Amino acid sequence: MANMLKLIKNPLSKENPIAVQVLGICSALAVTTQLKPAVVMSLSVMVVVALSNVIVSLLRNTIPSRIRIIVQLVIVSMMVILVDQFLKAFVYDVSKQLSVFVGLIITNCIVMGRLEAFALSHKPLPSFFDGIGNGLGYAVILIILGFVRELFGQGSLWGYKIMPESFFDAGYVNNGLMTMPAMALILVGVIIWIHRSRNEDLCEK
Amino acid sequence: MKFIKNTLDKMRPSFEKGGKLHAFHSLFDAIDTLMFVPANTTTKGCHVRDAVDNKRTMITVFIALLPALLFGMYNIGFQHYLSIGEIASSTDYCANFWNNFGYGFLKVLPLLLVSYIVGLGIEVVFAQIRGHEVSEGYFVTGLLIPMICPPDVPLWQLALAVAFAVIIGKEVFGGTGYNFLNPALVARAFLFFSYPIQMSGDTVWIAEKADAFSGATPLGEMIAGATLPSASIMDMFIGFMPGCVGETSAIAILIGALILLVSGVASWRVMLSVFAGGAVMGLIFNAVGANDYMNMPFYYHFLIGGFMFGAVFMATDPVTAAHTNTGKYIYGFLIGIMAVLIRVVNPAYPEGMMLAILLMNVFAPLIDYYVVDANIRKRAKRAKLVNNK
Repeated sequence: MANMLKLIKNPLSKENPIAVQVLGICSALAVTTQLKPAVVMSLSVMVVVALSNVIVSLLRNTIPSRIRIIVQLVIVSMMVILVDQFLKAFVYDVSKQLSVFVGLIITNCIVMGRLEAFALSHKPLPSFFDGIGNGLGYAVILIILGFVRELFGQGSLWGYKIMPESFFDAGYVNNGLMTMPAMALILVGVIIWIHRSRNEDLCEK
Repeated sequence: MKFIKNTLDKMRPSFEKGGKLHAFHSLFDAIDTLMFVPANTTTKGCHVRDAVDNKRTMITVFIALLPALLFGMYNIGFQHYLSIGEIASSTDYCANFWNNFGYGFLKVLPLLLVSYIVGLGIEVVFAQIRGHEVSEGYFVTGLLIPMICPPDVPLWQLALAVAFAVIIGKEVFGGTGYNFLNPALVARAFLFFSYPIQMSGDTVWIAEKADAFSGATPLGEMIAGATLPSASIMDMFIGFMPGCVGETSAIAILIGALILLVSGVASWRVMLSVFAGGAVMGLIFNAVGANDYMNMPFYYHFLIGGFMFGAVFMATDPVTAAHTNTGKYIYGFLIGIMAVLIRVVNPAYPEGMMLAILLMNVFAPLIDYYVVDANIRKRAKRAKLVNNK
């Protein structure tokens, strides 16, 4: 069980898919203008990684290694379509907002990366936890980005106004740069900066 | 002078290692080296140390900026009193002289204070953490930032922009001399994209403008479809038009340019080629002539907006410009072309100078790389020719 816990805990910090492996940046910049789509996106990715990890792990001994990439792609796209239909059925407005980025989970490097690096060589249960862990690692960054960007870019969180009216009366203005992807990239950079200054062993020599 | 030196020398021991004020050594060091050339001598090898170090260079730029700053102060007051009707006509240049200057001075002083306190504060903190001396780079940046802002910019926005520019634009890359973007322009870009309402339009360029008065800058008028700016060419040359604090007066900026060129601090290659690029692009637009903006005589581009200021003080920043001589021509020329291109073609960005310089800052290392590469290839070819003979 301790091993399983490690599989979930490691991607949160030391092996974070975004901050350390620098994977999945594109969607992290695109869907984080608000907190809600960021959370929904993280959940979707988590489900897709975990389930495709399990399926690929179950099939790992039967997939011929020469065509493994295309098999993985089929499995991942199946999962993504399931998630997409689920979102459309239950949270239609968020699904509208995420638009093409749900479909693009197929090309998210985190998913393929975990299948290649982990699921192909491990049993289903550890693969499942690995998927959950990496999904969480992705989620942590997305939620930080979504939180900061919605709070300072729009003065709200989860769609509710947070910044008090008195701030605006005193001359406070929402930061327009926060709603642009450029600032999201800078924020990712700042997260990486803080993360590395706290974990010196991650710094390149 | 003697007195200051004696005082500093007397204070020095308590700031050195083991002294009781060692925690503040970077602050002391900054003041000390700002006032006097450090007494360091080379101990190994035979190198000659030039007395003109980074701080002396920066002070030259600072002096070169003063005419534009002083005129900017006067112009802020002039535009303000003109807009509320206390100056009867826009040609009464000397009416209300000291009031104009005093008003502008009080408008600009808080901007300068905020810029220097926030910027130097962050510099000192970083210098302390990283254990190097406070770099002199912020000395000029701190003056540049208020000069490229509208006079009414809210102070908290300015403070944020300064913090952003110093930390994200400079310190993360290693501090002064390692930044690849001009920090002052990073601050302005931050303000421009973050708070567009306070940074663009035609109401922000005159301090505490009366509502009925049109406050459009010449740039704004051209974007709006005017045939020519309403200010006369003489007004624009001297600088009596609304605009950022330091950018309006061509003549004050040219005095600065003269100081920079005579002292050899700024590169004439960059300056010349920026103007050449702007002129070429302006002439191309004249030839196309699809609308009034394109038909505007090319030399107007030098006078309106921040073209002149950018060409003299921003594009020539030795850290972010191209380093090779050929590279400087290419770099400056492309800045001029881009600036006019963005101005005329893209109405969302009335001032193209900022974006043009930032863009070329990014490309400067690439330009240098290919210039050096071409030179290596040329010499290799020559060597081959000689060997074959």
